[in-house]
Amino acid sequence: MSSRPYAAARRTLSLSERLLEVNWVLVLLITVIACIGFAMLYSVAGGNFHPWALPQILRFLVGLAILAGVATVDIRVWMNVAYPAYAFSLLLLVAVEVAGHVGLGAQRWLELGPLEIQPSELMKISLVLALARYLHGQSVEDVSRPLKLLIPLAMIGIPAVLVLLQPNLGTATIIVADGLSLLFLAGLSWWWIVPALAGVVAAIPVGWHFLHDYQKQRVLTFLNPASDALGAGWNISQAEIAIGSGGAWGKGFLKGTQSQLNFLPEKHSDFIATSIGEEFGFFGFVFLLVLFSIVIAYGIRIAMSSRSQFGRLLAMGLTLNFFFYIMINAAMIMGLIPVVGIPMPLISYGGTAMLVVMFGFGLLMSVHVHRQVEIPRGSAGII
Amino acid sequence: MPLFDRKDKSRYATFTRRTLMMGGAVSAVMLTLGGRLYQLQILEGGEYATRAEDNRVNLRLLAPLRGRIIDRFGVELANNRRNYRVLLIPEQAAQGVDQALDTLGRVILLTDHDRQRILRDVAQNKKFVPVTVADNLSWDEFARINMHLPYLSGIQPDVGETRDYPYGASLSHVLGYVAAVSPEDMKNDDDPLLNLPGFRIGKRGIEKTFDRQVRGTAGVSRVEVDAYGRVVRELGHTPAGAGEDIYLTIDEQMQNFVTQNMGDRSAACVVMDVQNGDVLALASTPGYDPNLFNAGITTPQWKALTADEYKPLLNKAISGNYPPGSTFKTAMALAAVDNGMADLVVNCTGSIRLGDHTFYCDAWRIGGHGHVNLPRGIQVSCDVFFYEVARRLGIDKMAQAAHAVGLGSPTGIELPGELDGFIPSRAWKLARFGIPWQPGETLVNGIGQGFVLATPIQLCMLAARIATGKAVVPRLTHQVGATLEPHPPPPPLPFSDKAFALVREGMTLAVNAPGGTAYGWRISQPGLAMAGKTGTAQVRRISKEERARGIVPESKLPWNQREHALFIGFAPADNPRYAASIVVEHGGARNEPQVELARDVLLFVQQRDPSRIRPAYPMRAADAGSVPRGRG
Repeated sequence: MSSRPYAAARRTLSLSERLLEVNWVLVLLITVIACIGFAMLYSVAGGNFHPWALPQILRFLVGLAILAGVATVDIRVWMNVAYPAYAFSLLLLVAVEVAGHVGLGAQRWLELGPLEIQPSELMKISLVLALARYLHGQSVEDVSRPLKLLIPLAMIGIPAVLVLLQPNLGTATIIVADGLSLLFLAGLSWWWIVPALAGVVAAIPVGWHFLHDYQKQRVLTFLNPASDALGAGWNISQAEIAIGSGGAWGKGFLKGTQSQLNFLPEKHSDFIATSIGEEFGFFGFVFLLVLFSIVIAYGIRIAMSSRSQFGRLLAMGLTLNFFFYIMINAAMIMGLIPVVGIPMPLISYGGTAMLVVMFGFGLLMSVHVHRQVEIPRGSAGII
Repeated sequence: MPLFDRKDKSRYATFTRRTLMMGGAVSAVMLTLGGRLYQLQILEGGEYATRAEDNRVNLRLLAPLRGRIIDRFGVELANNRRNYRVLLIPEQAAQGVDQALDTLGRVILLTDHDRQRILRDVAQNKKFVPVTVADNLSWDEFARINMHLPYLSGIQPDVGETRDYPYGASLSHVLGYVAAVSPEDMKNDDDPLLNLPGFRIGKRGIEKTFDRQVRGTAGVSRVEVDAYGRVVRELGHTPAGAGEDIYLTIDEQMQNFVTQNMGDRSAACVVMDVQNGDVLALASTPGYDPNLFNAGITTPQWKALTADEYKPLLNKAISGNYPPGSTFKTAMALAAVDNGMADLVVNCTGSIRLGDHTFYCDAWRIGGHGHVNLPRGIQVSCDVFFYEVARRLGIDKMAQAAHAVGLGSPTGIELPGELDGFIPSRAWKLARFGIPWQPGETLVNGIGQGFVLATPIQLCMLAARIATGKAVVPRLTHQVGATLEPHPPPPPLPFSDKAFALVREGMTLAVNAPGGTAYGWRISQPGLAMAGKTGTAQVRRISKEERARGIVPESKLPWNQREHALFIGFAPADNPRYAASIVVEHGGARNEPQVELARDVLLFVQQRDPSRIRPAYPMRAADAGSVPRGRG
């Protein structure tokens, strides 16, 4: 690798060179995490590849191909498609409002022929792309200028409100967190950050009124799960029992009683990680968190080594997006925050989520492959 | 255009700084998550492990096999038989519950009422809980269902155990029956078995008295269940403890003979061994089929039983209070002998006057019995003689003697619902009516009328006590499980041997001497002669006018105004071994049905001689009869 940087800066890499540039250690880490997910899906199905593990493996293989494909596409191409991708995602979000498929009481799916698309998942990637694209052209001073700040805030706010209307509090939270993180990394002044944080704290009671009843119920139940241990508190109580009963070393693979016996709701999707805690215990779960942390560390290293602001922001945005998923899902199943519908990336069963996560890693890898590419601030990213 | 202008450098520095801050935040979050895991899994792991165990492990009760009830020769009077039934598991019914019932309805009979109950049960339970569609099926029906099983989806044939009384009505009053647990039953009994669906407990008779012993103890099956309560697998198993068998003193053949001979009369009959109190037969007719209650009695069946004026649900042998009539004279005679009347002779002219009242003797039409001593008084049942006895004794001594022979208080037979009978006293009369005891009442009660009441089992005990001179107590059980029932030898009664000898003489004359009230039904087989005392109890008053006009013949009275017919007796007359008492409700005054029945019963019991046959199960030698020997 060390012999290439100079050449890379000068000329466009060939396809094979780009594939060699892919950080295969990171790909291996991702695969290991995904395999843990397959094992858990196999376990919660009672030791069966059906109905979850096998489709998930196939999706992951498709995801790997997507990753490789996305990684080899020049970062400047991604810079060019950032705004159109954002506009397309926004259009889909509006469409889902209009003609969405009603599932689990929330409009989140859009059927396009045989595909069921979750526009909110696409939006997270699109938003990171578009914000990185926008902030690429802004100096530190520009970022904090009120008029110039309005544009990224609108880019964050509009999809966030649309997703909140679906209603999907968890994804809306992640969209806002992704966007604000990028603003922070781009150098947003502390004079904006500190008052804004204070304002958010003050607005919590007001925001309470805008929550749906089921969301309020989740928060209340979270604060006191015992009040409704068989109703809304069931999820939290059973998840905590599952994790807690795992102890230090767990009950053993395929021996988790809580998940095998259906005490866990959504045991294959949002609550899949509880099975890891139950069957592999404290050390198993910590091992998973360490793997996640290494992936995040790789992401940060890729961001820091990129020579373009777009690449840096894109890499950090994707890494933090990945992290927010982990944080919210893990905190939820451990009873640290209320129940929100956020899957554990790479582990939870789900088609769109898996493909989008792998697409994100593809972009991250593209930043890595093209880390030597320098893009002028005023440039639109033309190759 | 320069690739790195100053602005770029400044924002790269900012980005790097802030990225490192973000990295720190990520690390902090990861450490928090790890800390929370440490708290949940290491610090509180034990508690959560317990809760997970509670979640998944359910205890299921296993019903024990109910103990058998066995007669003295090992005949099973109550046992358990296979109950062929059909269950429906709603979630397995591929074409729905209605379709499954329609299909099943073509194989066995299902009424609309059945269907409603099944659909209600299905609606009330989770989809995997089996619902009983039909039980107590015949083998034919059960076989037919099994044959059609391939296309009866959701239908599951099952074999359970249910109580069976092979002898039906004949033993209904001794055994009682089992039936479903009522809320009242639950109040005084915390046995978890009572909560088991379909569990049966003893409601009457021996089944009730020894319910705890025959019930057995619950077994427990530890099963793993999923979040819906569906059983996944069994983890452990403690088998149920079968109930204990009860060994009765009853002889099924004796019981059957008695019941057959009682026919369709409303009557009660008790036969016992005078030596040890073993009740060999205890019958009350009509009876009922105890199997009805186990299967669940229908409303019309229940109404028919309760509306019947012969009261088939009442065990008349222990719960029937009857005026003992002339049978009571035997107890009075005992007291008379010990109160200086051994040689009393009374000239019976057909009636006696006391104050303003005239008290009549049965023989008033023919001018009385003439000179009557004590044995003859019993032989011809002379009322005038016993009026005189009563007058001389007074109510206090009469009551004392009645209590001494065991009247007026329960015998303690091992059956629920035994009545006390009744012996009046001065204090009771004053408290009950506010009027002092009248001398005339002494005379009326002296011949077993008026206030005196006794149950057939008390009367049988009275006969046994006169036969032996000992305070024999009737009993129904020899053995409960492996435990022998305690049975101390009976103490002597507080009357002289002479008193017993004279009363036995009188009772022997009454049956075996011409002029005796039961002479027509004497046993002529040598050595098997019986002794006894007849009795009739008026259930209506005969007014002076009616007596003057001519008493309405019994046969012209409605059934329920006729007199009760009673008899107590023992045999052989010279060396008593068996005693019997018989009450035929409204049997009439002509001594026919009850004395004939007594003769047949006492002859049969002597010929069969159940007390001298070694029982089919171990018993103490003292109880097994004085001359133990093999059958035949």
